[in-house]
Amino acid sequence: MSTTEPTMARVGADTPTPLETSATSDRASRRARIEEAVLPPLVALLLAAVVGDVLILTFGQSPGAVYRLLLEGTWGNAYGFGQVLYKATTLVFTGLAVGLGLRAGLFNIGAESQLAAGGFCAALVGLALPPGIPSLLCLPIFLLAAALGGGVVGAVPGVLKARFGAHEVIVTIMLNFIVLALLNYLTSTRLHVPDTLHTAEIGSGVLPRVSDYVPSFQGSAANVTLILAAVTAIAFGWFLFRTRRGFELRAVGLQPHAAEYAGVNVGTVTWRALAMSGAIAGIGGLNYVLGYKHYYEEGFATGAGFLGIAVAIVGRSHPIGICVAALLFATLSQGGLAVNALVPKQMVDVLQAVVILAVATSVPEVRQLLRGARRSATR
Amino acid sequence: MILLAFLAQTLRIAIPYLLAAAGGVMSERAGLIALTLEGYMLGGAFCAVAASFASNSPWAGVLAALAGGGVLALLYAVSAIRFRADQVVVGIAINLLAIGLTRFLLRLFFDSSSNSPRVAGFTVQGSGTGFGALVQNPLVWIGIVVVPTTAWLLYRTPFGLRVRAVGEHPAAAASVGVRVARVRYLAVLVSGMLAGLGGAYLALDQHQFTDGMTAGRGFIALAATIFGRWDPLRAGLACLLFAAAETLQIQLQGSQAIPSQFVEMIPYALTIVALAGVVGRAVAPAALGKTAIE
Repeated sequence: MSTTEPTMARVGADTPTPLETSATSDRASRRARIEEAVLPPLVALLLAAVVGDVLILTFGQSPGAVYRLLLEGTWGNAYGFGQVLYKATTLVFTGLAVGLGLRAGLFNIGAESQLAAGGFCAALVGLALPPGIPSLLCLPIFLLAAALGGGVVGAVPGVLKARFGAHEVIVTIMLNFIVLALLNYLTSTRLHVPDTLHTAEIGSGVLPRVSDYVPSFQGSAANVTLILAAVTAIAFGWFLFRTRRGFELRAVGLQPHAAEYAGVNVGTVTWRALAMSGAIAGIGGLNYVLGYKHYYEEGFATGAGFLGIAVAIVGRSHPIGICVAALLFATLSQGGLAVNALVPKQMVDVLQAVVILAVATSVPEVRQLLRGARRSATR
Repeated sequence: MILLAFLAQTLRIAIPYLLAAAGGVMSERAGLIALTLEGYMLGGAFCAVAASFASNSPWAGVLAALAGGGVLALLYAVSAIRFRADQVVVGIAINLLAIGLTRFLLRLFFDSSSNSPRVAGFTVQGSGTGFGALVQNPLVWIGIVVVPTTAWLLYRTPFGLRVRAVGEHPAAAASVGVRVARVRYLAVLVSGMLAGLGGAYLALDQHQFTDGMTAGRGFIALAATIFGRWDPLRAGLACLLFAAAETLQIQLQGSQAIPSQFVEMIPYALTIVALAGVVGRAVAPAALGKTAIE
């Protein structure tokens, strides 16, 4: 697993070894970790820019003009920036979900269906609640419903892995299709508004949009789920690096046999990690259901799961990295719409794939290069 | 008569599965996870339509599909083998790349965001959808032959022995002089070409390319690979089973006996059941997914 190396030093630091772990070597290893985390994404962005140039030129446009438009349409005005924030919110959740799994050495490819299940359960609660209850009062119920929906979907591969050793990658992929088909069935036969693919609007629990406070964000879907995402990212970091359960989870991810020898129940950690991962993705469904459309709609989660994997990989499963990566991928998604007049917005899909491919291929290379450089520097 | 129509439709649906699943078995037996089948198929489908449109010959389309699937497969192999990238991550990136590139090129070549213009394809006009039309399509024959051929290749040739060896125990294979990386490159290349061919069949059968037209078929082929326990013949049977279920669902559509969504779930549910080992555990090749560690 490519993400394991940098945390190795951290686990080592938890067991006190006198003399060796002096302050200076700690600082050096910290710097090395940051270098290893930051360089691959930079390489990836550079490569993506080159591929982007080629695509833009084949369409007979000037790369400079397209990139300028991309920036202006995203970070250059309040509406575009609001849309970036909205898209990033969902990606923070799916990114954290995938990242938590990766920390435990597990690949959760099911974030898409977990997100959908979370949104679906939240919509069910919203339809059941009488209208007029203050949002802050019923938010905990929505949180619980969404986490439960996503968590149950996540727990299935977890239990199958812990109990039968079924590979979580395949199970989560297959479960994506099963869960989405099931939600599709329930929506299309029982819950939908005639001639649409969505449920009726929920009565209570709607969360305010950013534009309610800052009028210039008018029209953008950014909403206070944003704060929820930030809180979740902080809780994620605290759990992973400051609690015993989090330490056990990382230990299993680094070396399951050693963790087991040290008394960790690997099976329990495994299913719990995937259930939590699913719950985080599920809460992400609130961004759409409570914050944007106020109903569950078939296909609202499409693509967010796979992009969540990209976000977790580029962000090295670290909460700060995940937030930055989520903003990057959200910028690309929104930027595609901004440049559509000059080049097909589909260009952005290609660039996102290039970024993932480049990060995945350059991580081991960069690490080796840095190691080599450091060794020759100390000699 | 009804039975004959049922069998014909099952075969028609099964052909792309058979081609892609044969590729899936090759790739996974060599130790590379075949998450990428979906991307290969989509790339193959687009190349098939683009080349047959340009040349007016379906055979040019077939060649282009082989090339398209092959190029994506090489990209996957280089990333996973040469650069030791994580197979799952790269696999997902390849699928996203195939979706993005085909969409982009659809706009570039045909100025459309949904579908290409009509191309000729293989079937002769006016021969219906039964066996009469199927036997005129050479890709059907290739699809039927590919499963026993893959089995022969895997179990009866030195190359097949090497593929199985590098998928089970690459270090042992290397110690007796097998060039592990080269065998893996070849196996993945073959898998990409086969799945690309499956995409070509799909596109030429529908006489056009539509955005995202593979619609998860690559994952069904992956399901068949696993449900068939990484054996070409069993995987082929799994493809036929999945296709028969789909056909049944299409024929029952009027009666509403079983909701279509539940029929859709069958391949995926069976695969999970097979992995969980309720009826005879499916055990993967030992070195599957591990190119990053060596």
